[in-house]
This record gives sequence, C-alpha cells and structure tokens, in this order.
Amino acid sequence: MAKLLEVDNLTTHFETQDGVVKAVDGISYSLEEGEIVGIVGESGCGKSVHALSIMRLVASPPGKIVAGKVLFEGEDLLGISMARMRSVRGNRIGMIFQEPMTSLNPVLSIGRQLTETLELHMSMTRQQALTRAAELLAMVGIPDPERRLKDYPHQLSGGMRQRVMIAMAISCSPRLMIADEPTTALDVTIQAQVLELMRSLALELGMSLIVITHNLGVVARYANRVIVMYAGNIVETSTAEEIYHNPRHPYTLGLLKSVPRLDEPTGEKLDPIEGLPPDLIDLPEACAFAPRCRFAIDRCLKESPTLMDVGEEAAHQSACFRAAELNEVASETTA
Amino acid sequence: MAQPQTQEQQGQNGHSAQGEVLIDVKDLRMYFPVTSGVVFQRKIADIKAVDNVNFFIRSGETLGLVGESGSGKTTVGRCILQLYKPTSGEVIFEGKDLVKMSSKNLRPVRRNMQVIFQDPYGSLNPRLTCGDIIGEPLVVHKLTGNKKEYRDRIAELLTLVGLNPYMADRYPHEFSGGQRQRIGIARALAVNPSFIVCDEPVSALDVSIQAQVINLLEELQERLNLTYLFIAHDLSVVRHISDRVAVMYLGHIVEIADRNELYENPLHPYTKALLSAVPIPDPVVESQREHMIIPGEVPSPMNPPKGCVFNTRCPIAIDDCHVEMPDLREVSPDHWVACLRADGYGPWNPAGLPE
Ligand SMILES: Nc1ncnc2c1ncn2[C@@H]1O[C@H](COP(=O)(O)OP(=O)(O)O)[C@@H](O)[C@H]1O
Ligand SMILES: Nc1ncnc2c1ncn2[C@@H]1O[C@H](COP(=O)(O)OP(=O)(O)O)[C@@H](O)[C@H]1O
Ligand SMILES: [Mg+2]
Ligand SMILES: [Mg+2]
Repeated sequence: MAKLLEVDNLTTHFETQDGVVKAVDGISYSLEEGEIVGIVGESGCGKSVHALSIMRLVASPPGKIVAGKVLFEGEDLLGISMARMRSVRGNRIGMIFQEPMTSLNPVLSIGRQLTETLELHMSMTRQQALTRAAELLAMVGIPDPERRLKDYPHQLSGGMRQRVMIAMAISCSPRLMIADEPTTALDVTIQAQVLELMRSLALELGMSLIVITHNLGVVARYANRVIVMYAGNIVETSTAEEIYHNPRHPYTLGLLKSVPRLDEPTGEKLDPIEGLPPDLIDLPEACAFAPRCRFAIDRCLKESPTLMDVGEEAAHQSACFRAAELNEVASETTA
Repeated sequence: MAQPQTQEQQGQNGHSAQGEVLIDVKDLRMYFPVTSGVVFQRKIADIKAVDNVNFFIRSGETLGLVGESGSGKTTVGRCILQLYKPTSGEVIFEGKDLVKMSSKNLRPVRRNMQVIFQDPYGSLNPRLTCGDIIGEPLVVHKLTGNKKEYRDRIAELLTLVGLNPYMADRYPHEFSGGQRQRIGIARALAVNPSFIVCDEPVSALDVSIQAQVINLLEELQERLNLTYLFIAHDLSVVRHISDRVAVMYLGHIVEIADRNELYENPLHPYTKALLSAVPIPDPVVESQREHMIIPGEVPSPMNPPKGCVFNTRCPIAIDDCHVEMPDLREVSPDHWVACLRADGYGPWNPAGLPE
C-alpha cells in the first residue's frame, strides 16, 4: 500500500518563562492509505501538539516547529506557503477536535459554515453548496437536515455538534482525517454512535484516519495500528493486536494494567503505574519513563532509548532497552 | 408498590458483606421548577431530575450509580446529603428520616456523610493551604482541639491518603490532578464519616492516576469500614469497585442488582446498550463482540417521553411501553428491573463477548 503520510523527526517546542517545553520531541511514523491509526498516551504527552503541527496550527509564539518533515502525498507540508497550507486543510486533510463548540463559529448557522467551505474550496454556487450541505448532514446521521441547516451551534447537543464537525471535515472529501479526542466529552452511547459513524465514513470514502484518544478501549475497537506516546516521544508502535497482546514497552504494559476490563473476573486489584509523568522542560538524557518504571536498570538513567524493531515482527517497534526481555522480566515480577 | 426497600425484601445477597442497611432511599423525587418572567417568576414546568427512586445501601458496601450525564446521579447524591431538599420521599440514615429533620438536628448527622467531587481543580479553595482545606471540616464541626492536635490530625490524614505531611503548607495549584483528588479525599475523611458520596471521583484523571485513586478508595474503605455511593459513567470502573450497581436513565433507576449479576445478566435494554457501548481494551475481543448501538439521544428531562422514559430509543418497545413508566420489579433474587419486557427478553450474552 502507498504511504499517505510520513512524519519524520517532527519536533515542536514551546518557549516559556520557565524554559523550553519539548512538547513533541522528534517523532517519526507513517500512515498508509485507508489505515486507521490510534494514538494513545496520558494528557500532556504531546498528542494534540503533534496533530496541530501536522496541520501547521501551532500558535507561534510561543510554539515553534523546530525540525522535521511532514510528507503528505509526497509533499512536505512544513515547507509550503500558508496559502497552499490552507487549501490542504480545506481539501485534503480534515480535523476534528474534542470540543466542537470551540471550533464551530457560534454566530454562523450550521448551513452557512458548511456552504462557506464548499464555495471556497470546491468552487460551488450557493445553491449547489446548500444541497451538498444538506446531503452531508444526512450522511452524518442528523435527522431533518434541511431544517437543521438554519440552526446555530448552541442549539445542538454535544453529539450533534460533533456530527456537524465531521460533516465539515469530510465536506471536501479529504484523504486523511485527524480526530483529536473526538468523543471524550460525549456519553458512552453517543460515543459509540460517533465512532461507528467515523469508521464507516472512512471506509466508504477511502479515507485514512488518525484517532487520538486516552481511551485504550476505543483504540482497541477501531484502530488497525497503535502509536503509544510518552513525554513527547513515541515509545511503542505496532498492530493493535501486538500492542495489546504482546506489549514491549513498560509504559504500554502499565497502561493496560491500570484499566479495569468488563471481561475480566472481578475482585482483583488494579496495578497502576506509580508516580506522575515528567515535566517536559529540562528532561535529562535518560529514558523519560525510567523514574516510574519497575524494570529500569542503570542504563535507562544514563541514555535515552530510541525506537527499535523488536523480535521477528518488523512492524513492532519499542523504545526500551529491555524490550526483548520484557515478557520474561514482567512475568517474574508479577509471579 | 413493589420496590426494593429493605434487606428482607431483597433477600440474601451472595456477594457483598451482609451489613445492616445504612441508607434507605424511598420514593425520592427532586423536581426543579423552570420559571419564566422577569419581574414575576412564574413556574412553567418541572425538570424531573429524580423521579420515584428507591434503593438502599448496606453498611460497608459500595453501591455504584451509573448513567449518562443528566440522568440525575448527582442530584440523588445531593438529596441524600441534604444539600437539596427533596420534593418528596424519604432518606433514612441510621434509622432516621433526614428529610424531616430540622437543620439543627441535621448538623451532627452531616458529619457522618461526606462527599468527594469530580473536579479536583474546581472543588478546592485556591486561597487556602492544603492543610487548611483538609482541616476546614474539623473547624466547622468544632473538632479542632489545640493547635498541635490539629496539625497532627492533618499530618495523619495526609499520610492516610498517600501524601507527605510536609505538603500541608502548599496551595492547590502546586499539586497535580491526582494529588488534588487525594486532598479532596483527606478532607472528606477528616471528620470520620461512615458514608461518602463519591461523585465521579476519577473521571477527570488519566488512567494510571485513576487506578491509583481507585486503589486508595478501596484500601480506605477496608481500613475505615466506609460505605460508598460511587457515581460514575465509566461502567468498567463501576463494575470494578461496586458490590451492587444501579443504572439510572432520565431520573429513574431502571435496573439494580449485584454487580456480577448485572454485568453477566443485564435485563434492561438500556443496561445492555450501555455495556455494549463500552469498548474493551483488547482488539481480538472487540473484533468478535456483538455491538448493539442504540439510536438517538437522551430526551430533555423537561419533556420526558410519555410512558417508559426509555421508549424513544428502545429496540424492543411495544405499545404498552408508551402507557406508563414501569415500576422496578424483582425478576430474580436481588435483581430488580423496570421493564415490561425484561422477562421475555431472555438471557443475553452481556458484553457481547464470544462464548
Ligand atoms: N501554548 C503552549 N505553551 C506552553 N506549553 C504548551 C502549550 N501548548 C501545549 N504545551 C505543552 O505541550 C505538552 C503537550 O501538550 P498536548 O499536545 O496538548 O498534550 P496531549 O494532547 O497529549 O494531552 C504539554 O506539556 C503542554 O503543557
Ligand atoms: N440546581 C438545578 N436546577 C435546575 N436543574 C438542575 C439542577 N441540578 C440538576 N438539574 C437538572 O437535573 C437533571 C439531572 O442532573 P444531574 O443530577 O446533575 O445529572 P448527572 O449527575 O447524572 O449528570 C439535569 O437535566 C440537570 O440539568
Ligand atoms: Mg490533547
Ligand atoms: Mg453528575
């Protein structure tokens, strides 16, 4: 399959009074056509800043993309003009945020917001755009779409607003959709509806999807491939099945043990990761997870590990010095 | 009316500790008036936030209360704590009906009931030190003793929740979310309560921190013989921590049972939909699971559907479901469901797991 997106050494920093925040610290990954990739990690690990960097939406100052490439359909998005970038955002990459209220314009009707993009990017007439806008609302499961076009964002429920955001994101048939915590603010039955909608649209429109979430269950249900982030870095990546059944980074292992599962026997204690994620200012030359890691050895405190292939599975990478022996070490400590 | 009211009526329960009933909530209603008019406020409708709710909690157990936002969970908690005066109903705590009590008589009872909130950021006064936040209930209930006793008690409470006593002089903004939640827990424990309403105590926390706080709540319960009403919308967390679980929808409890029974043999279609909507962190299990996705959204509590409140989204509603809201009935020992069709629906592969 062809590579749709290749992120290479993407590095985004924030200049603050206290020092430089290394929010995204040289991450690399690629995405194939039609793939659904899940990005997980605790708050503050750089998931959103990474997405905003791809879209060139990081507020500058204080933010700055200091290094890297973002190749999208072969073109480096970090090197193109702002005008060209705006057209990429409208036409080829759609983005959805956690809180749709902040990304919808409160004083414009839903219809106007949709038709504006369609007129601008698809050169449609007003009438064509209106017809298409109603079609899009129907596609995302909004009942009575013609009437809804006249509504303002505040008149809709959270779930309906997120559907409108999805309609806007797909309005110009993008190749890629980046959804940053798209359902975190929604109730579970609505979350299930919205995620199912996103998946079926991706399939129908042949669109790739990056789903950013802190919910390990959501990733397990929807993603083909998983990227685990910690402190501005990718610490592990592989197929969803490998990540959940054969985790090779202690952080991934710790996350999986922290969450209770509906299908496990009750009465067992959770096994949380102790401590807190580090401050992203002045990170020492060491594994950022080492202070919380129960498998850390001397080397982990002196060198920072890079992503390396683990085992025979070439599609599985981990940034841990002990990745190869993790299974044995982990079973010893729990036994 | 057939309602789960006493331990005798509900029979024996195999799972939880067989404590006495500590809290008995009977026919609880909390209607909020909706008014209109600028000068003369006229009542134009009621929000039926809690409508005819019945349940009990045994001493030393955890009752989980789940349901989507707006279903009335927080309001139930606040009615028990007498932070709201219920529209009608009884809240019997240690044998006395709190609803009928004067505020003077309530004062000593209040000490026994505390609350932990969801928002570890908003719920702590930013101008007080951590020590004074924890000590405030001691001052309110005049339990401070001398300066040294006061400081010792705060140090003891901080240690109890896994914080360091030297942190007493710090301000809330100097703590992480998980640490602030620990401060909230220490504050609730200061006056030695027997009962704590935990209102979404871990919802705002990252998973690893969430697990730390859940473990802490479990340890404290065991050590101090606490009784919890644990409110949350995360069904996996509620299953983990609860002895029994009640499911709320639009102001009503639609199902209540022992936690294993509820999760293995859910009978209300809403409970089934909720369980099915919760993704399990395992792609292999997920790919084999049957996903039941119910359409639509929760209707407005100002204008609830006629009949069963769930009928607008229910996949198995029949004509009778549009006549009146069914009462909870006991379909098997300790398992109560408010659904006309619960019996005929048969056992169902609960979380849609492969056999
Ligand atoms: N405008 C900003 N100024 C300073 N630091 C920022 C800014 N935006 C984000 N950061 C920091 O960058 C890091 C990554 O943030 P973010 O990508 O939002 O995390 P996530 O989405 O994984 O929760 C965090 O430590 C955050 O504090
Ligand atoms: N003080 C109040 N005044 C008016 N309406 C309220 C008040 N508190 C809650 N409500 C309404 O009651 C319903 C139940 O709310 P709540 O108990 O907070 O639900 P939950 O905790 O399950 O999300 C909601 O529709 C809410 O808007
Ligand atoms: Mg984010
Ligand atoms: Mg609430």
